[in-house]
Amino acid sequence: MPSEFVSTLNSSTLPPGEIQLQVENLQLNFGGVAALSNISLNIYQSEILAIIGPNGAGKTSLLNCISGLYHPQRGKITYFNGAAHETTHLQPHQIAKLGIARSFQNIELFKHMTVLDNLLSGCHIHMKSSLLASLIYWGAAQREHLQYRRFVEDIIDLLEIEAIRYQTVGSLSYGLQKRVELGRALAMKPALLLLDEPMAGMNSEEKEDMARFILDINEEHGVTTVLIEHDMGVVMDISDRIAVLNFGQKIGEGTPDEVGRQPAVIQAYLGEEQGSFPFIKTTSE
Amino acid sequence: MAETLPQLLFEHASATPNKIALRERDFGIWQAMTWQQYADHVKYFALGLVSMGLSPQETIAIIGDNRPEWVISELAAQSAGAKSVGIYQDSVVTEMVYIFNHADVSFIVVEDQEQVDKILEMWDELKGVRKVIYYDPKGMRNYTEDFLMNFPDVEEAGRAYEREHAGWFEQRLAQGKASDLAILSTTSGTTGNPKLAMLTHHSMMSMGRNLMSIDPLRPQDEFVSFLPLAWIGEQMMCMSCGLQVGFTVNFPEEPETIQHDIREIGPRVMFSPPRIWENLVSQVQVKIQDSTKFKQRMYNWAMPIGYQMADLHFRKEKPSAGMKLKYFLADWLVFQEIKDHLGLRHLIRAYTGGAALGPDVFRFFHALGVTLKQIYGQTEINGIAVVHRDDDVKFQTVGTPIPETDIKIDESGEILMRSPAMMEGYYRNPEATAETLIDGWLHSGDAGYFDEDGHLIVIDRAKDVMTLHDGTKFSPQFIENKLKFSPHVKEAVVFGGDWPFVSAMINIDFANVGKWAETNQISYTTYTDLAQKPQVYELVRKHIEQANVDLPPAARIQRFVLLHKELDADDAELTRTRKVRRKLVAQRYADIISALYSQNNFVDVETVITYQDGRTARLATRLAIQSLQN
Repeated sequence: MPSEFVSTLNSSTLPPGEIQLQVENLQLNFGGVAALSNISLNIYQSEILAIIGPNGAGKTSLLNCISGLYHPQRGKITYFNGAAHETTHLQPHQIAKLGIARSFQNIELFKHMTVLDNLLSGCHIHMKSSLLASLIYWGAAQREHLQYRRFVEDIIDLLEIEAIRYQTVGSLSYGLQKRVELGRALAMKPALLLLDEPMAGMNSEEKEDMARFILDINEEHGVTTVLIEHDMGVVMDISDRIAVLNFGQKIGEGTPDEVGRQPAVIQAYLGEEQGSFPFIKTTSE
Repeated sequence: MAETLPQLLFEHASATPNKIALRERDFGIWQAMTWQQYADHVKYFALGLVSMGLSPQETIAIIGDNRPEWVISELAAQSAGAKSVGIYQDSVVTEMVYIFNHADVSFIVVEDQEQVDKILEMWDELKGVRKVIYYDPKGMRNYTEDFLMNFPDVEEAGRAYEREHAGWFEQRLAQGKASDLAILSTTSGTTGNPKLAMLTHHSMMSMGRNLMSIDPLRPQDEFVSFLPLAWIGEQMMCMSCGLQVGFTVNFPEEPETIQHDIREIGPRVMFSPPRIWENLVSQVQVKIQDSTKFKQRMYNWAMPIGYQMADLHFRKEKPSAGMKLKYFLADWLVFQEIKDHLGLRHLIRAYTGGAALGPDVFRFFHALGVTLKQIYGQTEINGIAVVHRDDDVKFQTVGTPIPETDIKIDESGEILMRSPAMMEGYYRNPEATAETLIDGWLHSGDAGYFDEDGHLIVIDRAKDVMTLHDGTKFSPQFIENKLKFSPHVKEAVVFGGDWPFVSAMINIDFANVGKWAETNQISYTTYTDLAQKPQVYELVRKHIEQANVDLPPAARIQRFVLLHKELDADDAELTRTRKVRRKLVAQRYADIISALYSQNNFVDVETVITYQDGRTARLATRLAIQSLQN
């Protein structure tokens, strides 16, 4: 019989609505090109924040700064979970340990490992057993492994990937690989989940599934989620707030409704001419 | 002596409380439930329903994958004196509404959000439904309707009820009579609304008892329940046989993991409709083609030996010592491996039923050493009336009647049956009952006769039997099964009765033909596109030519077309148990059929397709028609 989740996927200790991550005056240059200029942004506990903007707007750069892959020239990123941590110059693995997990635009899984092993690899940062103890696989190391094996089953159940548990990732369809990648990020028990185009290249059914999973993770487990997404239908439907970037600058921020009415956003999407934001649902609908 | 199914359950619970009754694969592990736990769930769920006003006149409807909760709900309803009706998950909304309203359904037990959404959609049309109970709470957090309830909460209500009415349950359970209705079983009416056969505890139990007297099973045996529990065949194995013998019933994790889960359990008994056996054959054939040269050689060496052995058995001849040795080697080197991969290694009882199975599939399994046996029966007679005996299998027949069962053929050639397992009639449908139950005989609607050994031979649905242009009577199903033996043919519909020659409409098997196209470097986009490739026509033509060789000249297929879409139960072209609704198909594809009997070598079609979510779309395409030289 289905049992309730025995372990939560969420490692955040903040109450909903508190600031979880604060980005202040971020500046990232590649040579003479400013990928991000003077970006400030708050991410609140348990929200879904979508970052949108045209290609090259700096969306992925911003995620990379938060997850430690890039280090900005100026500005500060502070992460509040337990205590306040300044993460601006930390390495990716240090940031991951603090509870920030991410998925990539191009799938970055271990192609020749099974789905199960890929997910277990996400738990790795929490495991305490030494290499030797794990090799002997006895006592505490065995108990720990079993505990995480059980935990991974919760993720498999959540993402409905029971049937592919033992398949190698390389043999799966693109949509399923994306799902496994989300699963691996969840296996890190994230307090903050960063998803870079989780639905790119999917058909509408796969998108629908993915949107449902993101909502499940957010609503049932309270995981704060930041996603970059181009499908405005999805963005408008599932996000609580939207931040709009263009040419490295933040040109708008707010609820989906508010963002759709901001002139700068409309201009960025529609050019000079005035018109309505193309993706906003009018209230008369 | 137990008279009802729930009484049987509680007998097991007191005799062997710690033996495993059910298993469900969940979180990747087989989670076991003992008879005692099983009985407790049934008790408290039943009390929960009673506390919300369930009365014995009412019905509980159950929709979902095969799970412990499914059978618990059914037995809970029965132990409170009520009855249950299982509904196929893929039933369309109108069908469901009809059953809910027609069968006095007061509680609906569903699996998950998907089914809840379906019920919500039809809620305004439902009369008398008090609660909708779901057992997978995932995604249900935002539903505020007060008639929705989680399964454990009902059991909780049952425990509270027990505290105030101690002993009530045991008393009610003991009041259960053999003549009480146990279930309503939907039968696939070929037109219109489904009919609901009323089956009593007595009829269900007698069927299981009589089958087990021929093919005994042991309490330590394993069974995997993966076919819809709404189907009488699954009711028969899980409930009637399972509760009387006390074997363990295993539920797979997800529909997609069935094959894997069967292999893990290695069941001792399996009962499946032909489709499942046909799929297994296709799977072996396709996998062998994908495998190494060495393995292919081994397979090609072993199979003829297997077929030889099987044919000896069919003719009831003793194999020679040399033959035995050869078979032993083939079995040891090849067949055991194949059976292991299919999960059939421990199988000692294998049944097929629900429709006719092609002789080639039969021979295939007997060659592997799986004693596959045909059963014949109907929902109206609890699924089984006739079965092969282990040492007396003839693949053109369906066997001989089980004990306590009388069978006769009336003047028109229709098969009539009489046994204690017969239904009481159709629920609230006296007209249909009067047409089917006449003077204590169940009129099956099938045409058949007895052969010289007393085996029943079922020709086909009486109304489907064709009279060919030269006057011979012929069963379209027989020809269709010949075609379906090919792994590339999924479904075939043969016409010929009212026409000058026989022709066929064919559905290709998308997965297998797709794979074939891939290896032969044929690019395609959709099902329709693939089906219309000239190379695919060539492929299917070869299969038809092969099938034609074994057919009398008048029954040979002369023209065929590959359909642009699969026949689908959602379009009402198949029944929920995947039998072709011939009349409806003939109507819907009238254009194609008349083109088959014209001089044209193509036909333009436009069809309306119903998607899973109920939306419809139009599709226009041109289908090629090919002729064969006979």
